[in-house]
Amino acid sequence: MAHRWTNDLTRANVTPKPLYLNRRQIMRGAAGLGLASAFGGPVAAQAGALEPNTFEEITTYNNFYEFGTGKEDPARNAGALEIEPWSIKVDGLVDSPGEYSLAELLDGLTEEERIYRFRCVEAWSMVIPWRGYELADILTRVGVKPEARYVAFETVVQEENMPGVRRRVIPFPYVEGLRIDEAMHPLTLMATGIYDEPMPKQNGAPIRLVVPWKYGFKSIKSIVRISLVEDEPPASWNVINPREYGFYSNVNPTVDHPRWSQATERRIGGGLFASRQETLMFNGYESEVASLYEDMDLSEYF
Amino acid sequence: MDSVNSLIRKVPAWSLYLASAGWAAWLFYLAITGGLGVEPINALEREYGEVAIKLLILGLAVTPLRRFAGLNLMKFRRAIGLSAFFFVVAHFLVFAVLDVQSIDRVWQEIVKRPYVTVGMASFLALIPLAITSNNLSVRRMGGVAWRRLHKLTYPAAFLAALHYLWIAKGFEIEPIAHAVVIFALLALRVRLPRRQVAA
Repeated sequence: MAHRWTNDLTRANVTPKPLYLNRRQIMRGAAGLGLASAFGGPVAAQAGALEPNTFEEITTYNNFYEFGTGKEDPARNAGALEIEPWSIKVDGLVDSPGEYSLAELLDGLTEEERIYRFRCVEAWSMVIPWRGYELADILTRVGVKPEARYVAFETVVQEENMPGVRRRVIPFPYVEGLRIDEAMHPLTLMATGIYDEPMPKQNGAPIRLVVPWKYGFKSIKSIVRISLVEDEPPASWNVINPREYGFYSNVNPTVDHPRWSQATERRIGGGLFASRQETLMFNGYESEVASLYEDMDLSEYF
Repeated sequence: MDSVNSLIRKVPAWSLYLASAGWAAWLFYLAITGGLGVEPINALEREYGEVAIKLLILGLAVTPLRRFAGLNLMKFRRAIGLSAFFFVVAHFLVFAVLDVQSIDRVWQEIVKRPYVTVGMASFLALIPLAITSNNLSVRRMGGVAWRRLHKLTYPAAFLAALHYLWIAKGFEIEPIAHAVVIFALLALRVRLPRRQVAA
């Protein structure tokens, strides 16, 4: 790897723990007591700039169709997800295939905080302080064979715990894939937490992918299988509707979704009168990842 | 059923306008205060749209309910229709002002996105109906012409069902259920050709 990623959004962007649990309420109280500058300083200083979403926002507005199609369904229903014990099957073109526990896969690797923009294909966005491990480190641990050109991922299916699976809202298990250079990119994260909390179930506990320059649905949740493969693996939304969702699904304000524009987005947390803001090419990570797609027509490989 | 009907007769039609306005205001209040979740714009847009389509369904159901169930909601039909239109306007305003936020982009959406085009067409079809939903218009136009004009309800409801189906991602039960009910109510209006009696 050329380098490890350093946050462009700093720790000062992240709300301290007592605040993120219910920032608005505390801020309101703090302002009333004249304490805003005492411990609300970093937040106020970032007004208008990129301020991470609150823990409440990040955990009550989710797409996780296994638990229902409504945005609040995952927060309501994901409590039933069983995450202990958790193991991940690693197979395909790897040196050490097998069934790994989370500890076996992660122990000794560097856990990092990554504050990323998160852009949903539905044209809303958040800023999320993830914690996790570079996927590259995990792949290096299991040993990628040179013939491997893609990585395939699969989400757990627990039919009895997942109302969306029982109603067959889309085909399950949910699957996703990355090209190997995308998977090895230092931005690509296997996240295990948000703020200082372990990954909430509605956000894809205990471990999920985060690919910040792609639409959110690429960042597959609650992963139970990682396969190194030679051919482009199936990706759920691409299989469901290839006209609307490409395999790559890089954030791109110049390529619209057939049913809506991708030029602008709505930052969650602005309330009823929030203005739309411009969507950035590769979700603002252009200088990091544009080189991966140099020779590709991005309107064809959307 | 007669007792239900006589009970219904005691409810003034204006109470429905009041209920609609109150409900719209309540949803707006919820959206401002966080009651519709952390992303209230899309939520409010959907809420208004869903009330509108339910009222359209109710409006279409008035005649069949009277014919097949003996339930007489005739005196509310105008209030139901106008309330539906009122929620469609609210739905459109949230879309245009709070969601898309510019006239230019609203136009772009209407011409480029078929589901918006269809929704807009449904809205346009309802406008002459709303304008003529008063006694003066019925008198001026005459019953036959008025009734003919108000058959626009059928394409408007059909387009609304299509609009709702079209925004779904994956298999969502609500738009399908609404569409099935609308198509069934429209099918009741189709007069099948009488079978020829053999001479």
